[in-house]
Amino acid sequence: MQAVLLIDFGSTYTKVTIVDLDREEIIGTARAGTTIETNIMDGLKAALTQIPEPVEGWNFVRKLACSSAAGGLKMIASGLVKELTGEAARRAALGAGARVLQVFSYELTTQDLDKIISAQPDILLLAGGTDGGNKEVLLKNAEMLCGLPSSLPVVIAGNKVVSAQAADILRKRHDPVVVSDNVMPELGVLSVESARLAIRDVFFTHIIKAKGLDKAEEFLERIMMPTPAAVLSAAELLATGHGSEQGMGELMIVDVGGATTDVHSIAKGDPSKPSIMLKGLPEPFAKRTVEGDLGMRYSSEALVETAGRRLFDYLGWTGDQVACQLGLCKEDPWRIPQTEEEAKFDVAMGRMAVSLAVDRHVGTIEVVYTPFGATYVQHGKDLTQLPIVIGTGGVLLHHPDASEILRGAVFNPEEPTILKPQKADFYIDKEYILATMGLLREVSPQVALRMMKKYVVKL
Amino acid sequence: MEQNTLVLGVIGSDVHAVGNRILDYAFTQAGFKVINIGVLATQEEFIHAAIETNADVILVSSLYGHGEMDCRGLREKCQETGIGNIRMYAGGNLVCGKQDFESVKERFLAMGFDRVYPPGTMPETAIADMRKDLGMTED
Repeated sequence: MQAVLLIDFGSTYTKVTIVDLDREEIIGTARAGTTIETNIMDGLKAALTQIPEPVEGWNFVRKLACSSAAGGLKMIASGLVKELTGEAARRAALGAGARVLQVFSYELTTQDLDKIISAQPDILLLAGGTDGGNKEVLLKNAEMLCGLPSSLPVVIAGNKVVSAQAADILRKRHDPVVVSDNVMPELGVLSVESARLAIRDVFFTHIIKAKGLDKAEEFLERIMMPTPAAVLSAAELLATGHGSEQGMGELMIVDVGGATTDVHSIAKGDPSKPSIMLKGLPEPFAKRTVEGDLGMRYSSEALVETAGRRLFDYLGWTGDQVACQLGLCKEDPWRIPQTEEEAKFDVAMGRMAVSLAVDRHVGTIEVVYTPFGATYVQHGKDLTQLPIVIGTGGVLLHHPDASEILRGAVFNPEEPTILKPQKADFYIDKEYILATMGLLREVSPQVALRMMKKYVVKL
Repeated sequence: MEQNTLVLGVIGSDVHAVGNRILDYAFTQAGFKVINIGVLATQEEFIHAAIETNADVILVSSLYGHGEMDCRGLREKCQETGIGNIRMYAGGNLVCGKQDFESVKERFLAMGFDRVYPPGTMPETAIADMRKDLGMTED
């Protein structure tokens, strides 16, 4: 048997999945509390012991891990114009699996430096200027960042003409300083792949150690990537296929968590009807968005506030009833619904989280009245024709009525300008394997793909 | 020698794409780096593009007759965003109806434009002006 050990060091749980590479099957899964304060290996061992060991003992051919422990990968991005290189930098950081704490634009100020100090990011992504475009801001910001009290890993992804010079300036204070390709080499052209790889590289050479995850590294081959990056990678593989093994085609993955709701879409998102004009930044084929105010537990209060009337209408409850349930969520973040009422509340909250997160992920269409009649302008991705929506995350997996929650991802005729999928089939990541399959892709993409096709089931 | 950069677009609710392509082609052929933001472009899009690309010129075209309305305030916004000295050109059917071009030109110059062109101007005229304005000619 060729067993592969796949580990997801989460912020609360360390999840372990053992896969038989030959039979392409899951041998066992288990989880235990993440023990980052003591020794990360303790939690891992505790999880491993839950899976019955074969008589000949484990003989793992590969040991791979991803991690969102110790706050995950926290980043700050900085660009020139907020809507252009600022946004491109934000997208690059999100695509690398980071939680983006803040995005700065134009020249950094001393107040911005204070914000960076208090936010304590793991990596700073510095962009600005197209290649051959504005040079001043990248150099000035590099100079400004030397005023930070301590060293911070920096990835430079700005105007290529001055990148090396900016790196020289930054190296006086910071380490490592890595130069990648510009996130916006030309106006309106998004190029995030090189920055993503640079971020990933810094993550496993520097951040792992800073977060105390290096103790596991002697046992593992190396900790590969932040968990959200693994999920995005798995999503991409599942959609596009590998070699002769076909993928499922364009799809969306909605991950409803306790603190955030992540949406991944692997789709071009071109206009589905003729004579629609595309405006704004081009969208990455593999796109990830994270909504920090939409979560089931830690950010439940914000979710109720954002959903507002929609939640009350859906539940048909009074304000007191909602407040009471909200109190329970806050008291015990690990609560699993005990009563029918609690279950109903969870469904409603999940549905709202999915609905709002997908609203923000997909594109919109706008009617512009010109002297020649109405013209349609599209911003972002048109996902109305998207055939597949996959649900993952604790709330969806443990809920008997997952499709009711996922229905939040579907197009709402009352909001026709929001380009959500009109008639998608729902799937669920039943065994919670997407992140680990993103890891397995690194060593055996075809097996990872076939296993996802097997274990991600239609509702 | 570094290429001179210009931001080209059709402003406001105007969707005339053909003239825009012709201008893009003509200016590119003439050796300029053209940042074409296309049709239905807002003032902000012109400015953002100019900042990010460190452009030398903003070239606004408008064919549907509402150019005067769409262009008003562009110079002030450029000043606000720190590119107040950028050169601004406008051309096309800039106003409604048949108006005396000299008075139209006056209005646009007062709005802060450096060059204004009447309908039917050939790209070569603007190219020659731009070369002169940017000090690209020998004389």
